[in-house]
Amino acid sequence: MTAFLNVLFGRLPIGWLQLTHNRGRLAAALAGVAFANILVFMQLGFMGALVESAKLPYRQMAADILIYSSDTNTLSDSGTVPRQRMFQALSTPGVRTASAVYIGRIDWDRSDGVTSNMQVFGIDPDKQVFRSPAINSRLDRLKLQNVGLIDRKTRNTPKDVLAVIDSGKPYSFEAAGKTLSIQGDFDIGAGFDADGYFIVSDQTFLNLFPKRKPGAPNYVFVTVEPGANPDVVAKQLRSILPAKDTIVDTLEKAAVKDQTYQTTERPVGIVFGFGVIIGILVGIVIVYQVLSTDVADHLGEYATFKAIGYRQSFFLGIVFEEALLLALLGFIPGILISLVLYKVAAVATGLPIVMTALRPVGVFFGTLLMCSASGAFATRRLAGADPADLF
Amino acid sequence: MNSDQHPIVVTGLNHWFGAGEARKQALYNVDLTIERGKLIVLMGPSGSGKTTLLTLIGCLRRVEEGSVKLFGNELYGATEEMLVLSRRRLGFIFQAHNLHDSLTAIQNVRMGLEVHGAPTMKSWRPAAERLLSILGLGDRMNYLPKNLSGGQAQRVAVARALVGNPDVVFADEPTAALDKDTGHEVVALLKRLGEVRNTTTLMVTHDSRILDLADQIITMEDGRIVRIG
Ligand SMILES: Nc1ncnc2c1ncn2[C@@H]1O[C@H](COP(=O)(O)OP(=O)(O)O)[C@@H](O)[C@H]1O
Ligand SMILES: [Mg+2]
Repeated sequence: MTAFLNVLFGRLPIGWLQLTHNRGRLAAALAGVAFANILVFMQLGFMGALVESAKLPYRQMAADILIYSSDTNTLSDSGTVPRQRMFQALSTPGVRTASAVYIGRIDWDRSDGVTSNMQVFGIDPDKQVFRSPAINSRLDRLKLQNVGLIDRKTRNTPKDVLAVIDSGKPYSFEAAGKTLSIQGDFDIGAGFDADGYFIVSDQTFLNLFPKRKPGAPNYVFVTVEPGANPDVVAKQLRSILPAKDTIVDTLEKAAVKDQTYQTTERPVGIVFGFGVIIGILVGIVIVYQVLSTDVADHLGEYATFKAIGYRQSFFLGIVFEEALLLALLGFIPGILISLVLYKVAAVATGLPIVMTALRPVGVFFGTLLMCSASGAFATRRLAGADPADLF
Repeated sequence: MNSDQHPIVVTGLNHWFGAGEARKQALYNVDLTIERGKLIVLMGPSGSGKTTLLTLIGCLRRVEEGSVKLFGNELYGATEEMLVLSRRRLGFIFQAHNLHDSLTAIQNVRMGLEVHGAPTMKSWRPAAERLLSILGLGDRMNYLPKNLSGGQAQRVAVARALVGNPDVVFADEPTAALDKDTGHEVVALLKRLGEVRNTTTLMVTHDSRILDLADQIITMEDGRIVRIG
């Protein structure tokens, strides 16, 4: 390593030699950098999961345009629109289908004592409102009263529930004072808002939520004619529907808005952003502490080098060499441990916590910057190296 | 006066420490001319200004009043760059060895050469090895300072000072940390190497046995030179 760095820097790698000379201090510094990396990776992982899980239900929607109420923040926190909007949409040029979708929540008190908070979609079983063939091939079953489909990826789904469904038998349970019979499954995946999803018919939905009215769905899913441009049709709808109570967005736009709201307006999103900053600060402080102590411990040697004729740039080079090495060597355990924690957290929470390709690159450059900033602060201590004090 | 023959010419040098009430003069009107290739010993009681004089001529402290000409260059009002370049023609041996604790003996010596840049670095290893061998450290080259005795460490410091072939070597009580025999041996080596390379050496010492080796002895008292002989 020394020989390699010697060639790399074109000089004796004094920073490396100093760091490795004091193993305890090196270990502390590397632990600090790795810890900061882990903190940042975990926050970004959760943030990514928040973004990703917010998109999951939108990916399943067989819609080009969504019509929804202007007081809607997210899918799970949406107001209602008059069903009249659906008929207005149907008579608009370029619109192929328009379907009313009802959304509600129920607590599923399971036999194992766990309560799952489920988001329920009430749909018209004569229409293909979702993309999944698993859903569309089972629409007929939904036409029976109080029959539903369950998201297989519901957080902590008991094995016996899936076993019953997989064997082709219905699984029944009590919820909201009614007996619901699960007769099939599909895939979406848990998010921060809900542990999972149920899909039922609009009739069953209104039965489960007696206070909801058939004339007031949460969303109208619109598909456009083949060859029609969703943006153009959305504009057309926008001009027809009243602006004060109705939003018209393409599916992508609605998904982005939802996700932006969750990451920037909700406490969870803000907490994760804050966590990233804390991680970076912790890293800066630990690395600064190590580098400045190291400079202070070598002031005598540096003064000697100054007397020999080394310039200030030489000493800056040593400090930044150390900062660079700490960033590099701390990042490796940092990312390895984070990958393990991602796996553990994904299993424990059912959230899509995954390492994206760009994230390590970003965090690595962030680590370089963090260590350089600490190094820059630490170089102020170099002023204490005065060769006149040596004799 | 020819700067080739007289690398150091000091005239009317005064120096003070502190400010205001506490301002205290450490050097009074010092005149000194030193001939090339000689071993000069600077003597005098503690506090007489020997170290102050050494640090001023050695570009470690700024000249505030009077003139110091080093290799013909005036140090009074010299730029920092000028001082850095001048220091590279000097060798320093301190009371403490001041070796870098994370660097081996030969790496410490290398630092004395690396300051001169890439051209001298091509053959740094043979140069450092030869010098360490001459100083009797042929079998200690890859030792860290903590594994060397005081005398060995001080000899490494001598090698570091000499490896760059300096024109002038400054040594301030280089033998203070050593026992008498070792101290004498180190200075004898210094003198021998100096003679071979025509190096000028300016050394502060109290060691009477070393006085025998001196070409010239300068005595200071209360910030003044009182005797040259
Ligand atoms: N850095 C300093 N600050 C203030 N006074 C100093 C400093 N260095 C030396 N002096 C004073 O200058 C005088 C000469 O000191 P010095 O040159 O170290 O003497 P010597 O080396 O002969 O013992 C002494 O009175 C000493 O107290
Ligand atoms: Mg002194």
